[in-house]
Amino acid sequence: MDKRKIVVPGETIISGEEFLPGDGTRREEQDIVAERYGLADVSDKLVRVIALSGVYVPRRGNTIIGEVIDITFNGWIIDFGGSVNGFLPISEVPKYIAKGELQEFLDFGDIIVAKVQGTDGRSLDLSTKLRGLGKLREGMIIKINPNKVPRVIGKEGSMVKIIKDATNVEITVGQNGWIWVKGSKIDDELKTKKIIEFICENSFIEGLTDKVAEFVKELK
Amino acid sequence: MVIKMVEKSKYTKRMDGRKFDEIRPIEAKIGVIPSADGSAMFKTGDTVAIAAVFGPRVLHPQHMQNPEKGILRVNYGMMPFSVSDRIRPGPSRRSQEISKVTEWALAPIVELEAFPNTVVDVFIQIPQADAGTRVAGINAAVMALAHAGVPMKEMASAISIGKLDKTLVVDINKDEEDFREGEGSTDIPICILSRSKKISLLQLDGKISVKEMKKVFKMAKEACTKIHKVQVKALKEVGR
Repeated sequence: MDKRKIVVPGETIISGEEFLPGDGTRREEQDIVAERYGLADVSDKLVRVIALSGVYVPRRGNTIIGEVIDITFNGWIIDFGGSVNGFLPISEVPKYIAKGELQEFLDFGDIIVAKVQGTDGRSLDLSTKLRGLGKLREGMIIKINPNKVPRVIGKEGSMVKIIKDATNVEITVGQNGWIWVKGSKIDDELKTKKIIEFICENSFIEGLTDKVAEFVKELK
Repeated sequence: MVIKMVEKSKYTKRMDGRKFDEIRPIEAKIGVIPSADGSAMFKTGDTVAIAAVFGPRVLHPQHMQNPEKGILRVNYGMMPFSVSDRIRPGPSRRSQEISKVTEWALAPIVELEAFPNTVVDVFIQIPQADAGTRVAGINAAVMALAHAGVPMKEMASAISIGKLDKTLVVDINKDEEDFREGEGSTDIPICILSRSKKISLLQLDGKISVKEMKKVFKMAKEACTKIHKVQVKALKEVGR
């Protein structure tokens, strides 16, 4: 198949014994049937459906941004807009914290960047022990559809680089669709927000990188 | 309004000019509510249904959580101005029943094994009603669920078949629902799954013979195929 097409649940993507059902598909006798709404992708013999929408499904090693919504006796509960809440244990922060002093390190409403350690479907363990992780101070959070995150990052971070060059801000993109932006001026942050919204609205256009470069020029 | 449709031979059309097996003009649209995870509008004639889907998200209260799989929760409601007599807002006996029936109709197609302890919320609102609101609601909800990226086995389409005296008609409107001559009117909402052609909703509020019922299924299948095409078209148009 040369071009990716949109499929709906229950639709036959392709028939043939030789094809293998991948993510979002199932086999039904000869047919490979879509199990979700998205773009059908046949590469080699593997058939899968690339999601266009839906909640963020955490995978090990993902970097996500979330908010502290609860504090327990041994860690913090983090909401990141997914189907489960994350848990950051006291042992996974890069500093010794005495029991009962958790609130001083991370308080309710604090925004953090964390790495996904592991998930078993009903809980999600986080860590902030690596460099670049931990609490985020100042700046603003932009929430986008998690399925558009690869567009915002671009090939090997090319899109993020365009944004950084254009607006001179610090930017961290969480795989869950939360983006943290911090600039020296609030105007820079708002400009970044505009660019990100432009990317999300036009994520289907081919040659998006060039289009965004043009849009950035217009903004100036 | 008086409708005469007693003898089949005498009347070949319905009071709005449709043929017996003709459905009202359909319109379907996706993404009508940007703040929802998925949303859709479905319109047949003067009946309009909008559906919004949220989730899968953490379910509260906790005692309702199912550790094996996510649950589906449907909320159906008619807007106060949807019919000429004002409808008192808030849940009523009728709206609760339709919510539950819609939930059962949609349950066989959604696959929430991968999302334990969560809920998928479906909100259906009827801004304008001209009979057949529950089937319009189901049609909108299926599209909204697909749009929200919820894993689904297949799609589903619903249609209401009517029996006016002794004549079977597809997609009845309010005037036909109020038909009182002869045996009066019977409303049979049916929901048919797109791939397996299984029936996930069947209601009947009147009398019908087995022979007629078989014909009803045949008519419903044809109508649902047409509706399914419109639903798929709306889903495929978006994002191009």
